Amino acid sequence: MINALGAPQSVLVLGATSDIARATVELMASAGRLQRVILAGRSGEGLDAEVERVRRLGVPVVVSHDFEARDRAAHPQVVADAFATGEVDVVLISFGVLPDEDRVRADPLAAAEVVDINYTAVVTTLLASANHLRAQGHGVIVVLSSAAAVRGRASNAVYGSTKAGVDALASGLGDALRATGVSVVVVRPGFVRTRMTAGLRPAPLAVTPRDVAEAIVKNLTGGSRTVWVPAAMAWVMGALAVMPRTLFRRLPI
Amino acid sequence: MRAAAGASGATRAVADAETRPGDTVPEELTGWGRTAPTTARVAAPSVVADAARFVAESGARGIITRGLGRSYGDAAQNAGGLVLRLGALDQIGPVDPGTGLVTCGAGVSLDQLLREVLPRGWFVPVTPGTRQVSLGGAVAADVHGKNHHRDGSLSAHVASLTLIDGRGAVRTLTPSDDLFWSVPGGMGLTGVVVEVTLRLIRVESSLMRVDTTRTASLDETMAVLEESDRTSRYTVAWVDCLARGSATGRGVVTSGDHATSDEAGEATRPAFGRRTLPAPPWAPSGALNPVTVGLFNEAYYRSAPRATRRSLDTVGSFFHPLDVVDGWNRIYGARGFVQHQFAVEDPECVRRVVGMLSQRRAPTFLCVLKRFGPAGRGPLSFPSGGWTLAVDLPVSDSLGGLLDDLDAEVLASGGRVYLAKDSRLRPESLERMYPRLDEWRSLRDELDPEHVFQSDLSRRLNL
Repeated sequence: MINALGAPQSVLVLGATSDIARATVELMASAGRLQRVILAGRSGEGLDAEVERVRRLGVPVVVSHDFEARDRAAHPQVVADAFATGEVDVVLISFGVLPDEDRVRADPLAAAEVVDINYTAVVTTLLASANHLRAQGHGVIVVLSSAAAVRGRASNAVYGSTKAGVDALASGLGDALRATGVSVVVVRPGFVRTRMTAGLRPAPLAVTPRDVAEAIVKNLTGGSRTVWVPAAMAWVMGALAVMPRTLFRRLPI
Repeated sequence: MRAAAGASGATRAVADAETRPGDTVPEELTGWGRTAPTTARVAAPSVVADAARFVAESGARGIITRGLGRSYGDAAQNAGGLVLRLGALDQIGPVDPGTGLVTCGAGVSLDQLLREVLPRGWFVPVTPGTRQVSLGGAVAADVHGKNHHRDGSLSAHVASLTLIDGRGAVRTLTPSDDLFWSVPGGMGLTGVVVEVTLRLIRVESSLMRVDTTRTASLDETMAVLEESDRTSRYTVAWVDCLARGSATGRGVVTSGDHATSDEAGEATRPAFGRRTLPAPPWAPSGALNPVTVGLFNEAYYRSAPRATRRSLDTVGSFFHPLDVVDGWNRIYGARGFVQHQFAVEDPECVRRVVGMLSQRRAPTFLCVLKRFGPAGRGPLSFPSGGWTLAVDLPVSDSLGGLLDDLDAEVLASGGRVYLAKDSRLRPESLERMYPRLDEWRSLRDELDPEHVFQSDLSRRLNL
């Protein structure tokens, strides 16, 4: 159960080796209530190392589960397995890729693969999780969207379109789940300094995975909502969203 | 209205006249602290046989009883499962003039019971700080009152109770049965209390003779409390947890007893005082902060008389001051609040905790200290000899750390926290605070071998 102060006892992480997921699990563990963590990700050394790391954070039960975002037929089972062995208080959907825009624009099938990973796999895992949580009568799904979801940009049209889909689905679902005890928290970070963005020039208002983790942990008890990281990003993107397009396309972003 | 017996209905719905017996309605529930909402199917059977049927058919997510929702945390919630409301079991039997015994349905509130019996010269043996609790819930939490040092907790005054066990069988238990003692403090996890036979006490008037004393420090507060325990049936102290320095722990001690008919004289006053006022429907989170609460505490402290003053008070204003405001729990804003109440023998532990609250500027206007008499017989019953301190604190980002530190202090002194107030304890702390937990578990296994009685609290604490 999530306690009165928002500390969960059990978490399912889809995309367990992402920097944001790692920071979030670490922060959750620091409240001293985590009893069970299910780490779903691509099998391998990275996942094994993460299992070890979470154990060392003091979580008594840490389980890993092979999860491949492109293998959508397997997704309902991955989620079902996590719920079959106990309560799940929080589902963190944190996988995704940031493609090289020029490459995927030149190769439409590569672009479709990005859609499969960033969007279709979120559809399957998000809906499967929502069904289990409704039966359980409580729980929070945290979905990593992006500031890029708000308005399509020349520099990341493909990536932005996948996050726009994720954002619309998660926001709408969160409202549909009102009064079921289940909520969906949509997280919209700006530029996050992670392995995924390594080598890119940080945008203004860049944040760390730890900043994103803090925003997530703080917002587990407020019901379905959208969380910007940093909070000031809401104003920046709000302004950009209503800017006339003729002006917007000239911006160096 | 959508009948949602299959848990498929996700709409927020409220029971109304169209609801047939046997229907369940999905409802989002929280405790009095308004934290950690979860959704359950709620049933409101009108007869015991229907309640028993719900228990027998409760399913994998189990069932728990909810009284008037005054537990602060998650004791009367059952995410994804069934929640029973027993407000329909509201019969109050005749009071036996010789013994004071009265048999009531578990859904009777202390308010209803007092309004019925007080005009005829009877009073409940124990009342908590609100009359808005159901009798069933009061027994399951084994509530205590300002007279614990003299009269013990509620279970000491229960002559028998009727319980639906985990198999759906109705049984009557008396204090001579071991199984009886799994109920007080068991938070509804050993069965559904459907009827309680309670021993009332005789009173000569509906008024209270009250002495109010202002104290300048925690040492004085504790000394005055100990002293007035010897002379008064009811005692309690309000403590100013924001006062600093030598004033740390200053307070207002009230002690009293039922006024005799001579003392009450001709005065005819309504026993429960004013009509209730509504709380504002919404309050901003953070309205209660060290500054606003500090001002309140200062004003409250100064309004108490410098020298001990004697007065005649109503039952309502002496026992249940917060009942005057309906839904006062809303003043804490959307994030809600937590009450931390612990019992400990060592007065030094109380001093350290009050010092911590003062040092860390915990914005609490409700901080109550009192003495406990010896513990009762229930393995999970909360009161135990010594002191008890209860503090209300609004949820904030730093509250989790503060409360964990309080727990550590209480654990180190061999104390315990009250499950009816809890919403954030660690399961491993519970095991250490209640050393007779295994004894309770084996009694529970006898009454409920399949563990159909489940609540958010039982899941959170691995009960």
